[in-house]
Amino acid sequence: MSAGRIRLAAGALAVGMLAVGCGGSPSPSTGSAPADSKITLTLNLFGNMGFKELYAKYEAAHPNIKIVERTSAYNDHHRNLAAHLATGSGTADIEAIDTGFVAQFRNQPQHFADLLKHGGDQLKDRWLPWKWEASLAKSGAQIGYGTDVGGLAMCYRRDLFEKAGLPTDRDEVGKLWPDWASYFETGKRYTAKKPEGAAFFDGGPQVFNAMIGQAETGYYDTQDNVVVATNPAVRSAYDQVLKAVADGQSAKLVGSSPAWNTGFAKSQFATIACPAWMLAKIQDQGKAFAGQWDVAAIPGGGGNWGGSYLTVPAKSKNLKEAVALITWLTTPEQQIEVFTKHGILPSTVATYDKPEVTGLKHEFFNNAPIGQIFTTAARNLKPQYQGPRAGDIQTAIRDAINRVEEGKQDGAEAWTQLLGDVERISK
Amino acid sequence: MTSARSGPRRRWIYQLDVKGSPYLYIAPFFLLFGAVGMFPLLYTAYVSLTDWNLLDPAREWVGLANYAELVADDYFWNALFNTVSIWLLSTVPQLLAALFIAHMLNRRLRARTLFRMGVLLPNVTSIVAVTIIFAQLFGRDFGMVNWALDLVGLDPIDWQAGTLSSHVAISLIVIWRWTGYNALIYLAAMQTIPEDLYEAARLDGASQFTQFRKITVPMLRPTIIFTAVVSTIGGFQIIAEPLLFQAGTGNPTGGSDRQFQTVGLYLYEQGFSMYEFGYASAIAWTLCMIIVVMALVNFAITRRIRSS
Repeated sequence: MSAGRIRLAAGALAVGMLAVGCGGSPSPSTGSAPADSKITLTLNLFGNMGFKELYAKYEAAHPNIKIVERTSAYNDHHRNLAAHLATGSGTADIEAIDTGFVAQFRNQPQHFADLLKHGGDQLKDRWLPWKWEASLAKSGAQIGYGTDVGGLAMCYRRDLFEKAGLPTDRDEVGKLWPDWASYFETGKRYTAKKPEGAAFFDGGPQVFNAMIGQAETGYYDTQDNVVVATNPAVRSAYDQVLKAVADGQSAKLVGSSPAWNTGFAKSQFATIACPAWMLAKIQDQGKAFAGQWDVAAIPGGGGNWGGSYLTVPAKSKNLKEAVALITWLTTPEQQIEVFTKHGILPSTVATYDKPEVTGLKHEFFNNAPIGQIFTTAARNLKPQYQGPRAGDIQTAIRDAINRVEEGKQDGAEAWTQLLGDVERISK
Repeated sequence: MTSARSGPRRRWIYQLDVKGSPYLYIAPFFLLFGAVGMFPLLYTAYVSLTDWNLLDPAREWVGLANYAELVADDYFWNALFNTVSIWLLSTVPQLLAALFIAHMLNRRLRARTLFRMGVLLPNVTSIVAVTIIFAQLFGRDFGMVNWALDLVGLDPIDWQAGTLSSHVAISLIVIWRWTGYNALIYLAAMQTIPEDLYEAARLDGASQFTQFRKITVPMLRPTIIFTAVVSTIGGFQIIAEPLLFQAGTGNPTGGSDRQFQTVGLYLYEQGFSMYEFGYASAIAWTLCMIIVVMALVNFAITRRIRSS
């Protein structure tokens, strides 16, 4: 009957969700390591960060350390982390935090080891300045070391461009769209002659993310006030995206949904805003299109989308060893390896001059010089201040654009409802 | 008899054994219930009277302010509407279909046990897997349902985007999983109906349908009410299906316009996405009260039927 079953189902679901983060968390000190000789360091991550090979290297150099990595889904990971920090138990020795959440967590520096007190004050110059500052608490404490940055490019399908009568060479394609207005103009040209079933871009919210990432100010001013309603950059990007949606340029797929994954395999869109970590995604979902995908410059020049930090919760039982490990993982030498093996772009600025980074080409993407493209994008980035609830605001905007894409509301209605949602989030 | 000679001490132990041990036997249940049932219930009530956000260590007593906010919250009423709508759309066809299936299974069939076990199969599947598969079936661009609609010349439907269409899709998940289960309960009750009633009806020339309507359904009434009550409780708590129906997007808003966000899902959003524990607890208690009221209404109806 319904009662038992749904309650059971909900229970099972809740347990399942908790299990992602805490169910599988054997306390590090009581692990299976032979008594006092070995220290087990646990890392909670939210996806492949390209560290697997590095663990073996580190363990070989430090025979007393054993490293255990656990990964869970993006949203679950951050929700669990917030809950575990608040309740004071369940965190791993090392916890990854995404850019979208780092402002939320840097507001609670008491929960994290202050890396400045563990040699971090000497390392500041390792990273892009904005990367370093984004994880700096108001109290002055540094809660995390940067790993990757998104760096932004535009991936496009050569075969679809050709069918629509557009140039296919990546330099010429990049020249089609020096800014977003010309990107949408190109979209119009594409749409007029597009191959059946293949829209110009994957979905409005994803393009919006790329656009707002380039603005000087995003959803917050530097005093942590929400400025969605008053920031002209937000409204302008919103209007431009909706105009393009109305012109039929969007495949109307919600980012990261199963339908979006299918979209890669079924060629439902010709371009997608492409942070470095998106390359792995495209390869996974669109295996059949090796050599058809290519990478061009992003409209507007630079930009960022995503990127992570490694933090050590203050409750870590092996705090010193954990800090040593994240210090080592974020050294330029290791970060170069992560980039060349996995295409995940480092935030350590020293790597951007290394020939093995700048010279890196990607076979799947028609030998695109991804090293050069992404490091240029990361350097050109105008850093944008991130406020505490930026991730939730991003979701509210996504829903607003989706409502218009689904034909449920017009742009003005969706905007009004969006402002209401944002007010609820920021109150 | 022997206890007469065994002295007061033994008698006392004997008394204790007889009078006391039943309580001991049931004590584990009450201890467990107290720890995992009663305590969370009361603690949630306490939390619902505070303004407590997980991200902000300060906790403030606000009395009934959370409840006042809830009554004025459009999103709560929207969630309640969705819950009632999905509950009606899933429970009514589900119980009707279960009744019909039970009736069919009650006849002399070949491989009867196989069929009876068969109807229970959907119930033992994983809710997560089922919901994700149904979400694929109801996909906008490459879903099988839209493909079938296309075959018969109908326009495809964006199932997730629409209010009614998403409710229908989610209800179908519930119906698919639980119809067989209810059918078995009805079947068990049907087998207690004396065969001579049907025999007499057949002699009077009543058709199969008339027998079903005039004998089976009235005799099943208490069972039907029981399943209706239990489906009500479950229907009001529904959360997994609407949450997973938008899999991958990672947020529990139940669609871009909250078109399929149920009360359970709204609770989850407030508690575990916004970390508003005080407000989420107020939703939990309000939901609990709504279910209690519904159960009492059902109970009253049951009593009237029994006495009439």
